[in-house]
Amino acid sequence: MPIDQPALDVIALSRSEYELIVEKLGREPNEVELGMFGALWSEHCGYKNSRPLLRLLPAEGPYVLTRRGEENAGAVDIGGGICVVMKIESHNHPSAIEPYQGAATGVGGIVRDIFAMGARPIALLDSLRFGPLAPGTHIPVAHGPSHEPARGGGPEPRPEVYAHNRYLFEGVVAGIGGYGNCLGIPTVGGEVVFEHAYSANPLVNAMCVGVAPADKLISAKAEGPGNTLMLAGADTGRDGIHGASGLASRTDPHARFEELRPAVQVGNPFLEKMLLEACLDLAHNHRDWITGIQDFGAAGLTSAAVESAARAGTGIVIDVAQIPRREEGMTPYEVMLSESQERMLIIVRKGHEPDVAALFERWEVPCAVIGHVTDDGTVRILDGDREVAALPVDILSEAPQYTREGEPAPELYDLQSLDLASLPDSASPGVGALLAAPGAGVGASLAAPGAGGQGAANEILLRLLASPNICSKRWVHRQYDQSVLSNTVEQAGSDAAVLRIKGTPYGIALTTDGNGRYCHVDPYRGGAIAVAEAARNVVCAGARPVAVTDCLNFGNPERPDVYFQMEAVIHGIADACNALGTPVISGNVSLYNETGGRAVYPTPVIGMLGLLDDVTQRCGMAFANDGDEVFLLGSLLEQPVASLAASEYLKEVHGLIGGRLEIDLALEARVQRAALAAIHQGIATACHDCSDGGLAVALAEMCLAGGRGLDAATAVLGARVDAALFGEAQSRIIVAVPPDRRQALAGIAQGMDLPFAYAGRVTPEPRLRLGPIDVSLDDMRDAYEGGLERALTS
Amino acid sequence: MAPLRFAVVVFPGTWSDHDCQYSLAAVAGQDARLVWHRETDLSAYDCVVLPGGFSYGDYLRTGAIARFSPVMEAVVRHAEAGKPVIGICNGFQVLCEAHLLPGALLRNESLQYRCQWVHLRVENTATPFTNLCEPGQVLRIPISHGEGRYFADAQTLDALEAQGRVAFRYCAPDGTVTPAANPNGSERNIAGIVNEIGNVLGMMPHPERACEPLMGGEDGLLLWRSAVEWAQVRA
Repeated sequence: MPIDQPALDVIALSRSEYELIVEKLGREPNEVELGMFGALWSEHCGYKNSRPLLRLLPAEGPYVLTRRGEENAGAVDIGGGICVVMKIESHNHPSAIEPYQGAATGVGGIVRDIFAMGARPIALLDSLRFGPLAPGTHIPVAHGPSHEPARGGGPEPRPEVYAHNRYLFEGVVAGIGGYGNCLGIPTVGGEVVFEHAYSANPLVNAMCVGVAPADKLISAKAEGPGNTLMLAGADTGRDGIHGASGLASRTDPHARFEELRPAVQVGNPFLEKMLLEACLDLAHNHRDWITGIQDFGAAGLTSAAVESAARAGTGIVIDVAQIPRREEGMTPYEVMLSESQERMLIIVRKGHEPDVAALFERWEVPCAVIGHVTDDGTVRILDGDREVAALPVDILSEAPQYTREGEPAPELYDLQSLDLASLPDSASPGVGALLAAPGAGVGASLAAPGAGGQGAANEILLRLLASPNICSKRWVHRQYDQSVLSNTVEQAGSDAAVLRIKGTPYGIALTTDGNGRYCHVDPYRGGAIAVAEAARNVVCAGARPVAVTDCLNFGNPERPDVYFQMEAVIHGIADACNALGTPVISGNVSLYNETGGRAVYPTPVIGMLGLLDDVTQRCGMAFANDGDEVFLLGSLLEQPVASLAASEYLKEVHGLIGGRLEIDLALEARVQRAALAAIHQGIATACHDCSDGGLAVALAEMCLAGGRGLDAATAVLGARVDAALFGEAQSRIIVAVPPDRRQALAGIAQGMDLPFAYAGRVTPEPRLRLGPIDVSLDDMRDAYEGGLERALTS
Repeated sequence: MAPLRFAVVVFPGTWSDHDCQYSLAAVAGQDARLVWHRETDLSAYDCVVLPGGFSYGDYLRTGAIARFSPVMEAVVRHAEAGKPVIGICNGFQVLCEAHLLPGALLRNESLQYRCQWVHLRVENTATPFTNLCEPGQVLRIPISHGEGRYFADAQTLDALEAQGRVAFRYCAPDGTVTPAANPNGSERNIAGIVNEIGNVLGMMPHPERACEPLMGGEDGLLLWRSAVEWAQVRA
């Protein structure tokens, strides 16, 4: 039967891929078989465009227990017989179409990956990207190599764009809370970033972390021919068909979102909670009844069955007639491709079927025998007596791989050649006025960038503190349960969340990081900085960074400029992971994030795990004692104008994006070691990463967290006051120490050959005085705490 | 004296069970057991805890299905015998649905879930769970709920006040009861109430999450210690 193009389009396979299938099988696949190929050879399941690049990422490390990609998630041994299991995954496309359910089922999916390993999920983090919520978060300017509003210039988006962004943002946050809160797993961190590049293409990356006794880890292998396959959890319905092949593996016009909505699954967190408890009961108390647990994720039963058989080198038989249905009249094709949520495949040792059935019955979770393991390397699908598919596991599980030629977009050169030196220094009281554009005098409002003048630095700081990317995300976090399970020592809003591990002195620090704007301007360094910053965040909490889970979000890889971004970002991540000793133990790639030919910013999200040998040795960002002295580790206060590259200041105040990024990974490693030493030797009383918004924002956050002021009025800021205050040079950590420990800190810094600088003294007077900045804590708090609500209600 | 025996009831969807057990056993040194909702006999226990969570997914209405669980008849018997019962968050909702306490918990006024630390003023120190508190003492304890807005008709509210049955009110850190300190729109800032004889307490905040300095505070421990003190006085 010759296949027609519309049939291939439905499952997003190319003509040449179809021909490859025919060649490998030696025959034409039937409809069910073709559907299974469509799912497993999709970009989402098969990693066709990314697998060769992903091999660049280091996977080995002293603590790593799993081989990347071979289990549902990655595991590291943290000592004391305990292991931490973690993974991050995207649910971007479903969330773009149906934000509440898209985000909710994203949480559900990543949680199943963790408890399928026999680990109890103890923390969720969500890394979110949206278009801006309101106009006016940037100032259009006449110069700069820009086409989009976010880069300066360009047309202002229509009001409904902002309304739609708010709908997506509110829906995603509610969906994450709705699912995670009901499960009783705390959401302890993550990030929310707003850029025009994410309008209509939100990124929703959910990370889950679990703990298990090291000897209770469960593999996802369909081992032992003759063993039984049982399906536990939800009945199978028509929801989510073609989620993997259709939604996640190609670009769809926005106009099709209405008709695609049925491809988004609907979550039932209550059932997931019961499934979770039942699976952990099975894994921890009845390990000998089973050989493996595999979750149903993208591509449903098809991928669960084939992946678990491929890992074990076995075959399987499944009778779709035995699968409990949610609705009548479902075809074998629909059953095999359904992405109904809250389902698990349990590989049961022969003879223990009644035990396992009784266990699920006790937890009030439905379960059914649906097939068994064989030794012939074939996946056979029966519908009662009739065989509807028979395919070799190795052919199904080995999607073709594509290595493409990447080429930088011409605009990348324009972005990097932005002449920062010619920008007026808006923060300098004297110089700024001289450099101001014609017509803008001293004291003019910020609407005229470069106005400078007395008070300009104050205004810029308050404006950055209020900007949705920097301001407090309390509006988001308070909708998430952050403390259930009684492990959360440090909640969202700090550099990293810190959780205790009950029954041990240990703690873990968790964070997610990834700056799409940086990667847009410089994909290689942006990728490296994402890792460096994530590691720096857990270091500031007092933890040593040990492992990474990554979620790589890009546009259409078939475009040379997007492929170039992927290559460069992944190289950057690999170099930084090698330099900092943090292997990538699990992850996910999300491609085709684009609408109308416009891709999202290349956005790697790095989930970082840090370990504390003693959780009581953690450090926070709050200034803790009046009189403590504050130092910047890693550089002097003075910064070159180049440090303004791709900064929030450049975007918010000058309406520009561009410049060249810098990162010295050897320096980064030394700075992190020095900060950890200061924390572990009990010298540091507060520690904070200096990143978005630069030194001034970081110090303001430390003041706000501690309810104390800082006096650095006489700080030497050099020729470019804006660069010193708001530049985003990497590898800088702010450390506060009691006055009698300054020599000890200096010793650490000098011992590691690190530049460092005095950055003021903590004061009871609630003001931040830093060079030309002199602002009250109340004003900073108003700006910082209310930023998101103002954007939502404006 | 032997440790007090606490039954921590687990409905399908309960998730504060482990927190309650941990804070009672590992922190407060009492004997706390998880009791599955199919259990019908609680006579071996001194005190019953209905923990927080989303019993039956909060489907239909919070607590509306759990109240029909087999264990609830035993909970009613326990309460009628004058022994202490505490319902926290979802447990409070179940107690209201079971008519062991008056009123209902409605959707938060903000229509959003709220997880944050709040301050509570202790209004009644004569209950099994508050007898170690000072009158008017301010406790700092977290809330975590989407439907915690206490509601009852004016007559019921007046009766609760007249009989001293309001156990806790949301307040500012200095103890003043203000609209700004009310996180969910509860009538008269009510965060917890007791039944007529005072042995059944329902409260939205989670004392079990505030039992160790490492977790951000230990004011919640006062409730568990009060329960022990109450039992000792009667022993």
